[in-house]
Amino acid sequence: MSTPVSSPIPKRRRRQSSVEGTLDTAFGWAVGDQKTLLVRGIMCAILLFVFAGPIMTIIVGAFDFNTDPTALTLWPHNPSLENFRVAAGRGIWSYFGNSLFIAGFGLLIQISVAVTAGYALARRKFYGQTVVLGIFLATMMLPEEVVAVPLAVVLGDLPLLGISLRGTIFAIILPVAASAFSILVMAAFMRDIPEEIIEAARIDGASEFRILVQVILPMSLPALGVVAIFGFNGIWDQYLLPLVAANRTEDYTITVILRSLRADVEVGTGALLAGAFLALIPSLIVYLLLQKSLVRGMTSGAIKG
Amino acid sequence: MNQTGSASKPTAASTEGAHTPSVSRRGRIRSQSRWWSAWMFLAPALLLFIYFKFIPMAQGIRMSFQDVSPFLGNTWVGFENYIEVLTNERFHQAVRNTIVLGAGQSFGAVIIGFLLALLLEGPSRTLWFVRTAVFLPVVTASAVVGEIWRIIYYPAADGFLNKVIGLFGMDPIRYLEDTSVALYAVMTVGIWSSAPYYMVIFLAGLAGVDRSLYEAAAIDGARMRHRIISVTIPALRPAIMIVSILAAVRALRIFTDVWVLTGGGPAGSTQVWMTQIYTQGFERNNLGVASAASILLLIASVLLTFVAIYFTRNKEAK
Repeated sequence: MSTPVSSPIPKRRRRQSSVEGTLDTAFGWAVGDQKTLLVRGIMCAILLFVFAGPIMTIIVGAFDFNTDPTALTLWPHNPSLENFRVAAGRGIWSYFGNSLFIAGFGLLIQISVAVTAGYALARRKFYGQTVVLGIFLATMMLPEEVVAVPLAVVLGDLPLLGISLRGTIFAIILPVAASAFSILVMAAFMRDIPEEIIEAARIDGASEFRILVQVILPMSLPALGVVAIFGFNGIWDQYLLPLVAANRTEDYTITVILRSLRADVEVGTGALLAGAFLALIPSLIVYLLLQKSLVRGMTSGAIKG
Repeated sequence: MNQTGSASKPTAASTEGAHTPSVSRRGRIRSQSRWWSAWMFLAPALLLFIYFKFIPMAQGIRMSFQDVSPFLGNTWVGFENYIEVLTNERFHQAVRNTIVLGAGQSFGAVIIGFLLALLLEGPSRTLWFVRTAVFLPVVTASAVVGEIWRIIYYPAADGFLNKVIGLFGMDPIRYLEDTSVALYAVMTVGIWSSAPYYMVIFLAGLAGVDRSLYEAAAIDGARMRHRIISVTIPALRPAIMIVSILAAVRALRIFTDVWVLTGGGPAGSTQVWMTQIYTQGFERNNLGVASAASILLLIASVLLTFVAIYFTRNKEAK
C-alpha cells in the first residue's frame, strides 16, 4: 500500500523490483515492472471482455438495427433508433413505466419503513425488543421464492381486509416494501449516533418524530445509501413476484416482459436488446452513483443470504 | 420505564416516562415519550411482514396439507402432498439438478471470485475501473442476464459463443438445447453473474491481510504460490467458509436464471426445485403439492442457514 502507483519507478529487474511492490498484494504484482504490467494488462483485457463485454453488447445492440440473433457486436453497424420503435409497438415504454413506478415507490416505502423500524430498534428500549429482532431475522429465511405460491393466494384475498391486490402495482410493491436487511443496516448505523446529540434536541423540545427526521436522518446518509442500492437492486431484480401477482400481461414489469418479447417472432433480436437496454440502464445508473455504498453494504458483515 | 417488564401497563409507564428527566447512559435510554411510540415506529414493518411473509407462510403450511380447489373447497389430505412430492420422479430430478447446479455454481463462483480478487487487487485507478466493469453482471437484473446469454448461446454455427470456440477449432454446441450440456450452460451463467460479487468480499478480506506476513514469507524465501496457500488462504478462510454456505443457501432457491434461460428444459434436464414449484403451482394449479414443496424448501434453507450461523459463530469465537 505504501507505494504510490503513479510513481515512476525506473525499470529495475528481478530481486529489486520484486521487493518494491510485491508485498502489497497477495499475488505479488510488481509495481512498475514492464513484464508484470503487460501480463496484467492482458488479464484485465480478457476479464473486461468476458464480464463487461456481454453488458456492452446490450447497450450497443439496442441502437443497432438488426433482427439477426447471431450478429452480436461491440460496434454498431447500422445505428438507429428503429429497435426502440419496434419495441414501443409492443408497449415496452408502459412496462418500463410500471417498473420505474414500482421501483421508485417501493424503494420510498422500504426506506421509510427501514428508518422508522431501525430507529425504534436502535434508540429505544421497549418490552419485547428481542422478539421483534427475532421476527425481523426470521423474515430473512422467507424470501419471496419460498412463499411465492401461498403469497399469490394471499394477494388474491387479503385476510381480514378481504380485498384483492392481484393485478395492481401494490401486489408487487407491498411484499418488497419491508426488508429486514434494510432495517438492520439502519439500526446498526443509528446505534452509533452519540446520545448527546439526540438529548440536546430533546431538551430543545423537539418531538420524537422531528428528532428522527431532522437530527438522525441527516446523520444516517451513509446507511441510507446502502439501503437505497440494495433495496433498488432487490426490487428491480424481482421476477417471480410480478409474474405471479399479475392478472394480465399489462401488469408485467420490464424484466418479465423480455421473455414475451423474445418469443414474439415478428420482433427480432434488436427490439429484445432495446428492451434489455431499458431494463439495464436504471440499475447501471444506480450502481455507478452508489457504488461505494454497495461495497460498504457487502463488506460490513451485516449481509445475509 | 420498563422495569416492570410489561408493556401492558400504559398508565404507569406513560406517566413515569413523561416526567423522567432524560438521564441517559449508553444502552439504557430513557425516553420522554410514551411506551407505545416505539411500537408506532415498528408498526409499518411488522404489519408488512405479517401480511406478506408470515400469513403466506401459515397459509402455505395449511395448503400443504390440503387438496386445494378454489371452487369445490379445500379438503384435508394429511401428508398426501408431501408423499406426492417425495415420490414424484420430476421432483427427484429437480433435487438432483438443484444439488448439481447449486454445488457447481457456488463452488465455481467462489473459486472464480477468489481468482478475480487476486488478479484485480491493487490500488491503481485502472484496476479500480476494471473492477467496476467486472462487477456489472452482479447489478444487472437476472432476466437481462438470461436474455443476453441466450443470444450468446445461440445454437447455430454462427452464434456468438460458437464462433468464439470455432476459433479454437471446436465444433458448435447447442448449449441450451442439448440435455447433457444445458445444466452446465446454466451453471456458467450463474457463475458469471455471481463471481464478481464474491470478488468484492474477498478483496475486502485481502486488504485486511497483515502485510508483515507477506514480508516474513518473502524472507523465508517462499514463492508466490506458497505464499497464497500458506498466508492468504488461511487469512481468508472464515470469509471463504461463510460465503460458500451463503452461496449454497441462495442456490437452493435459484429460479429466474433457469426460468429465463431454459424454462426447465430441454426434457426437464435443467428443472430445479423452484421451477418445479412454479410449474406445479401456477401452470397446473396444483397448489397443495406446490405448497408442500415450498415448505420442504423452507426447511432445507433454514437448516443450511443454521449451519452458516454455526460457522459464523465459530469464526467470532476464534
